[in-house]
Amino acid sequence: MGKKTAIVGFGQTYQRSSRKDVNGVELINEAVRAALDDAQLSIKDIDAVVIGNMDHFEGINYVDMWSVEGSGGVMKPVFKVTTGGTTGTTVAMCGYYHVASGMFDRVLAIGWEKNSESDTTGAIITAFHPVWERPNIGGAIAGLAVEASLYMNKYGVTERDGARVAVRERLHGLNNPYTHLHQDWMKGMESEQLVNLLVSSEQNKVLAWPLRMSDMCPRTDGAAAVIFASEDVAEKISPRPAWVASTHNRHNYVYLGDIDWADNDTLAAASSAVFRDAGIKEPLKEVDVCELYLPYSYAGLKWMESMGFCGPGEGPKLVWDGVTDMDGELPVNPSGGVMCSNPIGATGLIRVGEAALQIMGRAGDRQVKRNVNFAMATGFGGCNWSDVMLLGGKKPS
Amino acid sequence: MERIALVGVGQTGFERRKTDTYEELVFEAAGKALSDAGARIGDIENIITVSNDFWDGRTISSMAIQDAAGSWGRDISTVEGDGTFGILYGMMRILSGSFNTTLVVCHSKGSEGEMNLITNAMFDPLFQRSLGIDAVSSAALQARAYMDLSGAREEDFALVSVKNHGNALNNPMSQLAMELTVENVMASRKVADPLKLLDCSPISDGAAAVVLANRKGLSRFKKDPVWIKGVGHCADSYSLGYRDLARPRALNNAAEKAYAMAGIKKPLKEIDAAEIYDAFSYMEPLWYEGLGFSAEGKGVELLRDGATSMGGAIPVNPSGGVISAHAVLVAGMVRVIEAVLQVRGEAGKRQVKGAKTALAHGINGPCGQAHCVYVVGS
Repeated sequence: MGKKTAIVGFGQTYQRSSRKDVNGVELINEAVRAALDDAQLSIKDIDAVVIGNMDHFEGINYVDMWSVEGSGGVMKPVFKVTTGGTTGTTVAMCGYYHVASGMFDRVLAIGWEKNSESDTTGAIITAFHPVWERPNIGGAIAGLAVEASLYMNKYGVTERDGARVAVRERLHGLNNPYTHLHQDWMKGMESEQLVNLLVSSEQNKVLAWPLRMSDMCPRTDGAAAVIFASEDVAEKISPRPAWVASTHNRHNYVYLGDIDWADNDTLAAASSAVFRDAGIKEPLKEVDVCELYLPYSYAGLKWMESMGFCGPGEGPKLVWDGVTDMDGELPVNPSGGVMCSNPIGATGLIRVGEAALQIMGRAGDRQVKRNVNFAMATGFGGCNWSDVMLLGGKKPS
Repeated sequence: MERIALVGVGQTGFERRKTDTYEELVFEAAGKALSDAGARIGDIENIITVSNDFWDGRTISSMAIQDAAGSWGRDISTVEGDGTFGILYGMMRILSGSFNTTLVVCHSKGSEGEMNLITNAMFDPLFQRSLGIDAVSSAALQARAYMDLSGAREEDFALVSVKNHGNALNNPMSQLAMELTVENVMASRKVADPLKLLDCSPISDGAAAVVLANRKGLSRFKKDPVWIKGVGHCADSYSLGYRDLARPRALNNAAEKAYAMAGIKKPLKEIDAAEIYDAFSYMEPLWYEGLGFSAEGKGVELLRDGATSMGGAIPVNPSGGVISAHAVLVAGMVRVIEAVLQVRGEAGKRQVKGAKTALAHGINGPCGQAHCVYVVGS
């Protein structure tokens, strides 16, 4: 059997629409130094490096090789994984497996993206089949709009419900100095009032109905690094490490017609596998905080149902009741989430790192006011691909 | 550490241009690996795919082959790098205790891309790309640096081409099986001085797959396992100027780790056959040195002595090597597959008699920036 594994350090760069002050390798280095500082380790303590991003965004081939002088990978085992939007969580899983295998004690997992250097939608279009799909599928927005409108039709969900999620994410993001979008004008306003503004403002353009500007994540420059450590060293490095309780994923989609768009079945399957491993029977009660890869507002309704936090069609009620707000039963995205910051290859890893901070009790102004036993992080990408990682305060038995 | 077995291996034939799609290539290789193991996809608990978005011309290149790899409803991940690294990740996932079996698949179609542009994109976008540098021209710099260090001549490198293309005559999967002489190699078209056409590996299409299992997982399969006895990987600096191109220290490091794990002290004596990443002829003697088969600067002596020919002390690339078929990423996995076939005694006409322990080697990045070394045995 392998080693129990924990997160002992997390670092992220300041995320902005364009980080012109650094190049890609320097951006990566900023996150690596922050993670090492957080764990009070030096690069010499690191046994292996895992890195990921999306190649076509910055146009660098073999990024794992190109980045070694920034990642600290020179004369170390270096590894690249990439799976599109899920890359960040895929990097986290790979870092976890490096340590859990017993082959390495301290592993640095890095995700990054410099979207300001990319034609993001142009690159995303090439994810689809060159003959059958590229001519008729746009970038990320159109597919999500179809998903949202199917969901609205099925359960009578409204644009106000979607906006309520957007408001939550943006209000939470105000507590996070690292995140990209700080919508200071929202400070002190009631959610209801903000929702009314978002659905009625002509400035809030409809991109693909029902999705408006406010329903979408931004494009962001940023990097993140998480340090995984084995049970032999974790507690020496961190007084309260965030243990990996379980991780699973599903990447089912190949063609547009393969999946049932009415449900996020990969997220449902990966979540239930993780909950089964961890012995969680009532997710809403037992999970204390979530950092979810919600790339757009309606995901914050529908996917809550897929993960089993509420029944089908009950997502809007859960959110309007304040269950997912900072003071609710299950705070979702205290960091502000993906809708406040989306440096794509780093995004999933930031979810994992933020979830770890909640367990370690080091999330600063965004720390939830409760004892955190379980924190859940997810990644989303491909087309309805899902990665799930559950972190716990207790070492798994 | 628990030992992991290679229990099924499969590869497509390699050709300059295949009409099969990526999905079809992966389906063929995965099916061959499964049937080799005596397994069905239901015996597999998780999947690793290996692909590269640049070579495939597709963002999230692994999306195209998910169904062909049998990933539906299973845990899955994607390594972007040489196939040897994909096998390593598949191994780690079993060692973690989460899974008992892994299928690792790998595909590449050089015919659908532009090698020059794709490998040019490995280099610094501001200072180097506009020079036109690519995999071939950077390799030429390395070849020259190695000649300076070792005193090796172009004729010495030609011996690799003669030996490996000749070995490929015994391998039905290979792309370039040829009976050559040193004169043929020397007379071939100059590509990037000192490299000539017959010093360079071809552009190839193909796929490969392996099935991995721990002892518990092995009970599902019919085939006798070949064990991974040692593995190591390591990366050197990125900028060519920061590296000593003639001294592959990352390979030294990776090999030392693999040997330590496998308990190998004298590789030349204890290893019966080796499959190493000879993307260009000069790389083979250079990697001999990195692998500790010879002292620094002395790799070519093994060639001149015939020590690495079939029937020599340590036959290298009995399959014909990468210089005879080079589906990028796949080629490293094929080295492992060929090593497995040698240990099994199933390598047909390319079999090294009595091989019990074999070495496989893959590289990543320009001029072998990173290396992954396996020692496998019965």
